Amino acid sequence: MLSSDDITALGLTLRLALISTLMLLVLGTPLAWWLAHTRARCKPVVDALIALPLVLPPTVLGFYLLLALGPEGPVGAALEGLGGAPLAFTFAGLVIGSVVYSLPFVVQPLQDTFARIGTRPLEVAATLGAGPADRWRHVILPLARPGYLTAAVLGFAHTLGEFGVVLMIGGNIPGRTQVVSVAIYDHVEALDYASAHMLAALLLGVSFALLLGVYWRNRRWRLAVAGS
Amino acid sequence: MTIAIDLTVPRGTFALQARFTAPPRGVTAVYGPSGAGKTTLLRAMAGLQPAQGELRVGEVIWQSDSVVVPAHRRELGMVFQEPSLFTHLSVEDNLRFGQRYLPPGKQPADYREIVTLLGLEGLLERRVDRLSGGESQRVALGRALLRSPRILLLDEPLTALDRARKRELLGYLGALPQALDLPLLYVSHALDEVVGLADHLVLLNEGRTIAAGPVNDLLTQLDLPPAQDADAAAVITGETVGYDSADQLSRIRFDGGELLATSSTALPNGPVKLRILARDVSLTLDHQQHTSILNIVPATVTDLRAAEAGQCTVRLDCGGQGLLARVSRRSVSELELQPGRPVFAQIKAVALLQP
Amino acid sequence: MNTLFLKRRALRGLALLLLGGFNSATAAELQVAVASSFAPALEAVGEAYTRKTGHTLRLARASTGKLYAQIVNGAPYDLFFAADARRPMLLETAGKTLAGSGFVYATGRLVLWNRSGPQGPGAIHALREGDYRYLAIANPRHAPYGAAAQRALEALALWQAVQPRLVRGENVGQTLQFVQSGNAELGFVASAQLAALPELPGEVWTVPQELYPPLHQRVALLRDSPAAQALLAFMRSEVARELLRSYGYDLPGQ
Repeated sequence: MLSSDDITALGLTLRLALISTLMLLVLGTPLAWWLAHTRARCKPVVDALIALPLVLPPTVLGFYLLLALGPEGPVGAALEGLGGAPLAFTFAGLVIGSVVYSLPFVVQPLQDTFARIGTRPLEVAATLGAGPADRWRHVILPLARPGYLTAAVLGFAHTLGEFGVVLMIGGNIPGRTQVVSVAIYDHVEALDYASAHMLAALLLGVSFALLLGVYWRNRRWRLAVAGS
Repeated sequence: MTIAIDLTVPRGTFALQARFTAPPRGVTAVYGPSGAGKTTLLRAMAGLQPAQGELRVGEVIWQSDSVVVPAHRRELGMVFQEPSLFTHLSVEDNLRFGQRYLPPGKQPADYREIVTLLGLEGLLERRVDRLSGGESQRVALGRALLRSPRILLLDEPLTALDRARKRELLGYLGALPQALDLPLLYVSHALDEVVGLADHLVLLNEGRTIAAGPVNDLLTQLDLPPAQDADAAAVITGETVGYDSADQLSRIRFDGGELLATSSTALPNGPVKLRILARDVSLTLDHQQHTSILNIVPATVTDLRAAEAGQCTVRLDCGGQGLLARVSRRSVSELELQPGRPVFAQIKAVALLQP
Repeated sequence: MNTLFLKRRALRGLALLLLGGFNSATAAELQVAVASSFAPALEAVGEAYTRKTGHTLRLARASTGKLYAQIVNGAPYDLFFAADARRPMLLETAGKTLAGSGFVYATGRLVLWNRSGPQGPGAIHALREGDYRYLAIANPRHAPYGAAAQRALEALALWQAVQPRLVRGENVGQTLQFVQSGNAELGFVASAQLAALPELPGEVWTVPQELYPPLHQRVALLRDSPAAQALLAFMRSEVARELLRSYGYDLPGQ
């Protein structure tokens, strides 16, 4: 049977995925917008930087995050200078790690969607009297909804399964940084395969149910618009 | 209530400099070859492209040295080359889109009236992605009009359409100025569109306005591009005074006399515009009898200019209105055509334009 | 400069020098599964072994748990150098090894490292006084050094007290990273790891052996061969034992 630690880990993991995804959607939107429309020379550099988490092994990424967040690292030192607490071994630290790790999974679909929409719908909306905020709410967001859905699902799923990064900077603290992937790994390492199987099945089940719910909702939205 | 434009728009390696005024009513066409800067001008007027200078529509200043009104606060409507309908909205929601953003106190346009005017009733239930090009442009037009603009800007709206759709849409466009009392600024590189619609003409070339004025004055001015075109034409304003149903001919009276135009139905008596192509006009020194050409009017030669391949374009004054004729150079010398020479203009075909 | 580090370097060179040539005619290559923590030491011993016998070692490095799982599922290794005694014993019980061939080849030493403390011994003070933000140990559930650390802390009656500040690395290697990067001020690590660091700042406290069960590291012979037997014999030789000592391990029978 699953221990209470395992259930806690599941709740923690879902919370981490949700918060990270929301943050990524908020941060990723202006970034993706800029990338979709800029003609700056440095665009390829930014594109490559954003794609880096795709290429780096997660443990490598986690390792450099560990160094960066440490008291001698750029982030850690700055934080300490401002009187803040260190981020390693904290939930906040995991969120930061997840945001970096899942960044391309959110930014790239949004970027593609924005590029596809182009600037014409915005110009049309402006000539019809819509100000910047209205253009966003009534033109861009509805048109970009499929892109947002993809970005949210990818970001969420990617964070749910995150292991290497959390392993490196989490410290495996139950209730704070022990996520399901690490818990499953621990069970395997301790030869407790029964718990490992059960926890893995639970994670899969929850994830599948969530994804199914989201895609189904999207289908209903699309049918609603088409029928009008 | 005139529209005053004096804009400099940076554009790649050179800048567009447009300066002209347009009347507060009717259609002002901006004509020029591709690359002349027409679209840039329109976008700058809409506020979609940064520009310097002055732009005034009636008493409202949209651009000056001290103020630049952002695009969404300019009460204009714009129809782009591609229909650009919102794919996430139905046809009706597209039409009504701009009505949400009207400034307080502004009287909204009559929805029913616009829908009827543009023949959109049958399209309201349709999906945006199932409309043809012509239908989409009509919806785009309706959408822009329903926003109660002070001026309607059109950027070559017929480019993407085939001949039949073009004619159809031109018909709708022609009806607008009178029906809605709204100035149109129509940009095009197609002379026939310009001839068909414009009351006022602005010529643009390589980023400069080279002439602006009433349409027929510019069309018949021999040193300007329209008169040198193969499809050069004149636009005569007159008044329909009668209809012969047996021969299906409309009688039009104008300052230079009377003209007969074939039309399948009787037109209501009233003001009308006629298009007469230069190549449909030949010249004689005497009034010919026993000829199949119905329209022969007296005129005076005012100007001549050599055209390609042994041809010559002649400008005529016909009761104060300009007319063009294209004749051979030999005829010019044989008939001794020169400014001041009285002649008869034989007009082979007269096309009725939308009133 | 870390004196342990220097000593290790010297002995490695010396061992290579002392050994003579080898018989290349019957040179074999052994597939050796080795726990990551022991791999550096085994590499050094392996060099000396190759010099002596001409046989070479091909090392597969991973955590003891992973290697065990692979071997149970048929991975073709000749020998398995674990970082604990439990996994090789399980293999022996399951009959996957040559009977009677396994033995304890080294014993690990648990130390407490206070990286930011003053130079020299004394890390225990920081631990007792709670003068730190995080204490890193390996996961007691499956890492032998972690289990040892837990026992030591229990013996010191500090286990409950450290709970709120405890962070767990997946293995002792990661635990070291936590301390080395400065994210955890204190950490229970293996003496052998510290021997590998060129610089050893801060203070190190060697945990008294009576506070935790011995960290025996056991080898299992999976596929018999003359070369494998030669390696096992070499592990018991004085040359090898000196090398292992310089790498921070204790030897059985000391």
